[in-house]
Amino acid sequence: MLRGLFAVIYKEILQLRRDPATKFIFAIPAIQTIIFGFAIDLDVQHIPTAVWDMDRSAESRRLVEGFHNTGAFDVVREVGGGEEMRREIVAGRTRVGVIVPQDYSARLLSGDQAAVQVLIDGSDSVVATNATLTASLIGQTQSLARAGLSPKTLPLEVRPRVLFNPDLIGSHFYVPALVGVILQFLTVTLTAFAIVRERERGTLEQLVVTPVSRWAIVLGKLLPYAAIGMAQTVFILGLMRFLFGVEIQGDLLLLLSLSALFLLPSLALGILISTIATNQAQAMQMAFLIMLPSVLLSGFAFPRETMPPPIFWLSHLIPVTYYIQILRGIILRGAGMWALWPQTLVLAGFTAILIALSALRFQKRIA
Amino acid sequence: MTGETPVMIAVENLTRRFGDFTAVDAVSFEVKRGAIFGFLGPNGAGKSTVIRMLCGLLAPTSGRAALDGVDVVRNPEAVKQRIGYTSQQFSLYADLTAEENIRFFGRIYGLRGALLRRRADEVTDLSGMGVYRKRLAGQLSGGWKQRLALACALLHSPKVLFLDEPTAGIDPVARRDLWDLLFYLSSEGKTLFVTTHYMDETERCSQIGYIYMSKLIICGEPHELKRLPEVTPPGHRRLEIEADPPTVALESLRRREGVADATLFGHAIHLLVDERVTEERIRDWLNARSIEPSAVREIEPTLEDVFVMLTRRRASETADKRPGVGGGGRG
Repeated sequence: MLRGLFAVIYKEILQLRRDPATKFIFAIPAIQTIIFGFAIDLDVQHIPTAVWDMDRSAESRRLVEGFHNTGAFDVVREVGGGEEMRREIVAGRTRVGVIVPQDYSARLLSGDQAAVQVLIDGSDSVVATNATLTASLIGQTQSLARAGLSPKTLPLEVRPRVLFNPDLIGSHFYVPALVGVILQFLTVTLTAFAIVRERERGTLEQLVVTPVSRWAIVLGKLLPYAAIGMAQTVFILGLMRFLFGVEIQGDLLLLLSLSALFLLPSLALGILISTIATNQAQAMQMAFLIMLPSVLLSGFAFPRETMPPPIFWLSHLIPVTYYIQILRGIILRGAGMWALWPQTLVLAGFTAILIALSALRFQKRIA
Repeated sequence: MTGETPVMIAVENLTRRFGDFTAVDAVSFEVKRGAIFGFLGPNGAGKSTVIRMLCGLLAPTSGRAALDGVDVVRNPEAVKQRIGYTSQQFSLYADLTAEENIRFFGRIYGLRGALLRRRADEVTDLSGMGVYRKRLAGQLSGGWKQRLALACALLHSPKVLFLDEPTAGIDPVARRDLWDLLFYLSSEGKTLFVTTHYMDETERCSQIGYIYMSKLIICGEPHELKRLPEVTPPGHRRLEIEADPPTVALESLRRREGVADATLFGHAIHLLVDERVTEERIRDWLNARSIEPSAVREIEPTLEDVFVMLTRRRASETADKRPGVGGGGRG
């Protein structure tokens, strides 16, 4: 059944050694990890802010200072009118505008309620949400202070304690999941290209007239690429640990074994693409078609819990969804097999289905 | 060798349909051991479908085919062990050296260790690849690529070699060398199944099959085909005329009464004429354009003549069956 397997593996290694693209096997994941790891950060800081202070009193200055002191807002501009402030926000130079009315200090001193308007650019929802929350908090704390109260004297205190990532560092959340997304992208495209290339160059035609078995062609290609995929996994995990300082709380061996399990459906997906695509450009497009939901719906970028039900269910059909849960579970929460067996089972199921499907289609397409 | 030469390829009513389209229609023929079988036909006539069925890659819709007595449908794997195949386009690994390609295909065919080394050396010597052993296959010239493909196809000592347009796009010297190699292989008892578009190459084959619109319209040895009554219809003869300038001479002979066909062949004109057209009359026609022929002689038809005659006949028959569809009526 596996006639010619070693011949194919050996040939594949010879070709990989000569392929100039092989030089980038580690460079590409390194670049992707560094770009994504540093760029994606949901801790919103230094939002450019414009202030229109009509009151110009000690009280109004204290309020503006309060905004500045949170670190969330950077007062980059003082404006002298509503129209100017609007222009600043439309142009995108500032995202938040604080308008202090003329009677701000007068009302505060007379004991009336003073109103401060905060304009927030909603075009970036993450920034807008954070700005809204922080601005309300500033209002509350300054109100309490003026009323002569400190938070300690309030009847109720909520004490949130964040487990596993106490400083809420964004990269700790993203980089482990990034391992999954990058790994899937690399393995799917590598395998799809490897087989489509054989078809494009006519070498597949030559292979099928020999007694080499179809499985040997598939596996002979898969195994070297699986080895590369594993090496990349270790490499990206190393970057995560030593560049981003994310410590692996759980069992490294379990993490690597489940990563190997995840590689299989990804490689099979690559073969499946190669049975549909007739050239490398088509293969690339299809790989992207798979990548988009993998990035958007897998829980890598957005929490799946908040997705509308049909999308939420769709996200169950994406293998990387489960691998990301495994990655975050082991790396951040120190989860063991006792907690991750459902994800493991699902991945095993995906592997079986995808390998059967790709081998079946491969069998048909190749003749 | 005494007695009958054994049949190596036996094809009986082989048919393959793709949906409504019949790609191969009830094709039957036999190829004897050691033969060089030239398989001809225009693109899309069904040549490669036949080859794919004979290689066990494609199941026939009906009919039977056996290779060295092995049924291609029932036992395709045993067929693959008996055949070598070189495709029309270069289909070895361009990024492996000649030697690595040879060794890869050797391993695929199950050769190991000392046997692999011995066979690799043998096919390298036979194909003359020795000097280019360490060169990347992609950097070889067209002729050498074909030789390498042939070397790879010969590793497992197949009984039948399928060569799909082996000489397409290679220079004349390489073409001649390749044919010498094919003759040698044939003398060693290998059966060669060759497709080609070059008419002069068909003359080198010991047996020819011509497939046109999914049907095998002729099959036989070249000298048999040339004597077919359809090629030189009764009451007609073929003449070769040498005259200068040949193109002017050709024009003066065309569309004359009794001239069924006139065409240029190198520097000579080939005529298919009614027996009643005498040499005198031809000289008169030529003299009218003040041309004096240097030679007029009766000849056998070439294989090109054979294919042209038979294709025209078949095309006009199909056109008769389907009124309104013009076939081969270009004059």
